[in-house]
Amino acid sequence: MLAAVGVSSLDDLFETIPAEVRFDGRLDLPEPAAEADVWRELSGLAARNRPADELVSFLGGGIYDTFVPAVVEAVTSRSEFLTSYTPYQAERSQGVLQAIFEYQTAICELTGLDVSNASMYDGATALAEAAILAAAHGGRPGGRIVVSGGVHPEYVQVLATETHGLGPAPVVIADDGGGLTSAAALRAAVDAQTAAVVISQPSFFGGIEDLAAAARIAHDAGALLIVVADPLALGVLASPGQEGADIAVGEGQSLGNYQNFGGPGFGFFAARKELTRRLPGRIVGETVDGEGRRGFVLTLQTREQHIRRERATSNICSNHALNALAGLVYLSWLGKDGLPALALQLARSAAYLRERLLGVPGVEPYTRGPVFREFAVTLPVAAGDLVAALAQRGYLAGLDLGRFWPERGNTLLLAVSESRTRAEIDAFVEEVSAHLD
Amino acid sequence: MRTLTETPRRATKPGAPPPGIRTIYEKSRPGRRAYSLPQTGVPEVSLDELFPGVARRRRPARLPQIAEVDLVRHFTELSGRDYGVETGIYPLGSCTMKYNPKVNELVAALPGVRGLHPYEPEELVQGALELMDTLSRWLAEIAGLARTTLQPAAGAHGELTGLLLVRAYHEDRGAEPHIALIPDTAHGTNPASVVMAGYEPATMPSDARGGIDVAAVRRFVNEHAGDIACLMLTNPNTLGLFETDIVEVARIVHEAGGLLYYDGANSNAVLGRSRPGDMGFDIVHFNTHKTFSTPHGGGGPGAGPVVVRDILEPYLPVPVLKKTAAHQYTLDYDRPRSIGKVRSFYGNFGVLVRAYAYIRALGAEGLREVSDAAVLNATYVMAGVRDLFDVPYERPVMHEFVVSAEPLRAHGVRALDVAKRLLDYGVHPPTTYFPLIVKEALMIEPTETESRDDLDAFVAAVRAVVGEARSDPELLRTAPHTMPVGRLDEVAAARNPVLSQRFPDDEVAAARPT
Repeated sequence: MLAAVGVSSLDDLFETIPAEVRFDGRLDLPEPAAEADVWRELSGLAARNRPADELVSFLGGGIYDTFVPAVVEAVTSRSEFLTSYTPYQAERSQGVLQAIFEYQTAICELTGLDVSNASMYDGATALAEAAILAAAHGGRPGGRIVVSGGVHPEYVQVLATETHGLGPAPVVIADDGGGLTSAAALRAAVDAQTAAVVISQPSFFGGIEDLAAAARIAHDAGALLIVVADPLALGVLASPGQEGADIAVGEGQSLGNYQNFGGPGFGFFAARKELTRRLPGRIVGETVDGEGRRGFVLTLQTREQHIRRERATSNICSNHALNALAGLVYLSWLGKDGLPALALQLARSAAYLRERLLGVPGVEPYTRGPVFREFAVTLPVAAGDLVAALAQRGYLAGLDLGRFWPERGNTLLLAVSESRTRAEIDAFVEEVSAHLD
Repeated sequence: MRTLTETPRRATKPGAPPPGIRTIYEKSRPGRRAYSLPQTGVPEVSLDELFPGVARRRRPARLPQIAEVDLVRHFTELSGRDYGVETGIYPLGSCTMKYNPKVNELVAALPGVRGLHPYEPEELVQGALELMDTLSRWLAEIAGLARTTLQPAAGAHGELTGLLLVRAYHEDRGAEPHIALIPDTAHGTNPASVVMAGYEPATMPSDARGGIDVAAVRRFVNEHAGDIACLMLTNPNTLGLFETDIVEVARIVHEAGGLLYYDGANSNAVLGRSRPGDMGFDIVHFNTHKTFSTPHGGGGPGAGPVVVRDILEPYLPVPVLKKTAAHQYTLDYDRPRSIGKVRSFYGNFGVLVRAYAYIRALGAEGLREVSDAAVLNATYVMAGVRDLFDVPYERPVMHEFVVSAEPLRAHGVRALDVAKRLLDYGVHPPTTYFPLIVKEALMIEPTETESRDDLDAFVAAVRAVVGEARSDPELLRTAPHTMPVGRLDEVAAARNPVLSQRFPDDEVAAARPT
């Protein structure tokens, strides 16, 4: 091949690199390794971790150990889905395009909104993009984002970081002391300079928010309402669209994706029809070919960076298509009846765990009112100490909220999965009780 | 791959009924199901008792009702209409569609990898933290820079992160420059990221050799003294050409107080051959899904780690990995000058594990061979097709190259028509109409994992299509002819967007008087 291209050595191919920036050394990396050695080394590293499902886990906070049915991987491992890229050549990518169209449909159905894009990186960046849509691409240019204290603290941090160069810093209003948004505090924080209000359903503390009230407050001030939603909660709770939201975003990990130490899952992004041409990212639409045959294409691309460059609605290029496909397969597996059934099961188990825990002397409620799959309690000891002690006993007891708020060092956030049995919950409560005794 | 003797024309006979494409929603039938839920023994409290006073859904989400076998058959049917790297050559310029070793998938599926919750106590995830720390150091070595954040989720996300680091650096010095220089060959993500970071992009022209015009940069920087935040550059650039004036460009920008950002999308060309840090860059992102191999998944996920010079280390996103005295890894959030967070948790860990496996398997020698073969393959394909097209810049190419299909316009054929006709030959076409400065651009990146046989077959396909452009241009203008659908009406799709399933009950509702 060298002769065919008219050079005598591989080095000649790099002559175009000026000598002063040519790297003539050897990169300080390990020696090449055979596949068996790569496998052994990574198995060794993996073995030094404790996967959450080897323990009895009550950890949530945005990532959940929802069961992943076998059909998900059977589909996502098909090489045409796995090893293709963004479907730029529509005629040779009808499968991926149709799958994205079906995914968009599922997200519209869950959120009760009109349009969905093809996916974002995660819930946090989806929220940042929603805020950018509200503040930079319409609504109120340069307007302020008002965020409920019930929104995931990492999402708030990502929102603040990613919008740092674009306008005023977001305003976060404290929660009402019971893990919910105070309507009075929200009303006081919203004014004619507010571009959007952000609220989470359920709240980060697991409580059920009054979305309709938040929508009224936002809309009275001419601002948009952005809802960060747990997609499984939408199996029973009123959808953001039904309650008046303009945009719904969230983390899709618990729809058929593994926990993956936090990533990759996927972010979803849905909005009212009027905002369609301001959406970030890929969107697939249905159309026909010259003979009238049904087909699917990437559409409304003049919003996107590869066409519009600095006037694009976002810089996103690669998204999380494969994780979104897992989400679609999972939602199809659950189906119309399975989603509400699963949501009910999660709510029952969370209610049972909460009731049992609150029976332990010294454990007090933090989250007020009904909860979905997650809730917070306050403890008579540091939450971190309880977590450490119960890890020794085979439990992931929950999330120490002192991690985000030093003043909440005694507050523990607990979540359930649909696989958690009554016996496991009872045994866990006994352990907590013994530790606090 | 097809040979020239069995040139494909039309698959469907005129008058044949169009094959029925049904969505999964259209296959739904009441009462069918795939799901099962575990028995928990938890008391069966009703929804009314669980959610007193709470607004509930008025009607269930219209998800499909489908049996497991039909679900699997549906997606098997869909995948049959697609094409991936494992189908054949995928020379989509700028996307580095290389084959991804299967062992990467295996290690990413280890329970101790995909089963980890991000909020587990640090003592329970030491292996994961060590893996992240090691990968961070490897990427810094490959970049020729000091410190890495693994948090960004994709290349464009790395760009935004890098630009926010630029901003933090200047703000820390009390400076408020607001211009980011970008060559006219840049990926569209660059200017879009600049705007998201609150900066203003200034486009720098290319010179006659296809590199950034140094004189134009010098002039612009002099005219905007004190206002230059940074310059973003891809090297080799999107023409597949090495920016030979990079040292001088770096000097000009640094003297003006600006920083240099390296878009690592084209790193596959220079692994172990040249390092961005040595070229003068201060910030680098890698698209690990391209360079260090993760299957692209129909659009993602990827990962976009960012590596920086030591002066930028204080601004990196939290948490930063740290080793304690007891040789335990810990996540450090106490970083007062940090830009904050750009993603929840720690990044796309599952993708980063694949990058680790890839770099570990290849080592320094193997990575260098990757770039050697990538450049050789591109040079070889270029030699095989260059006489068919205009070559905009007569220079040695690196891992990809750009030619212009402008000569075919005399036959009424566009670059798009060439791409569509290539589909009929069973190969994936190159990127078209990018970079913007080349008319009728075809951007070809064969990658290092294609054999000479496959490269020869691709060249033969391109030559056959160009031959057809001259003899039967209509064949190209109406291509493809052998795909499940013909050329789709994109104008209609954008004018009357149908972006989700239309359900029969929607039409009933719409017909009802309001």
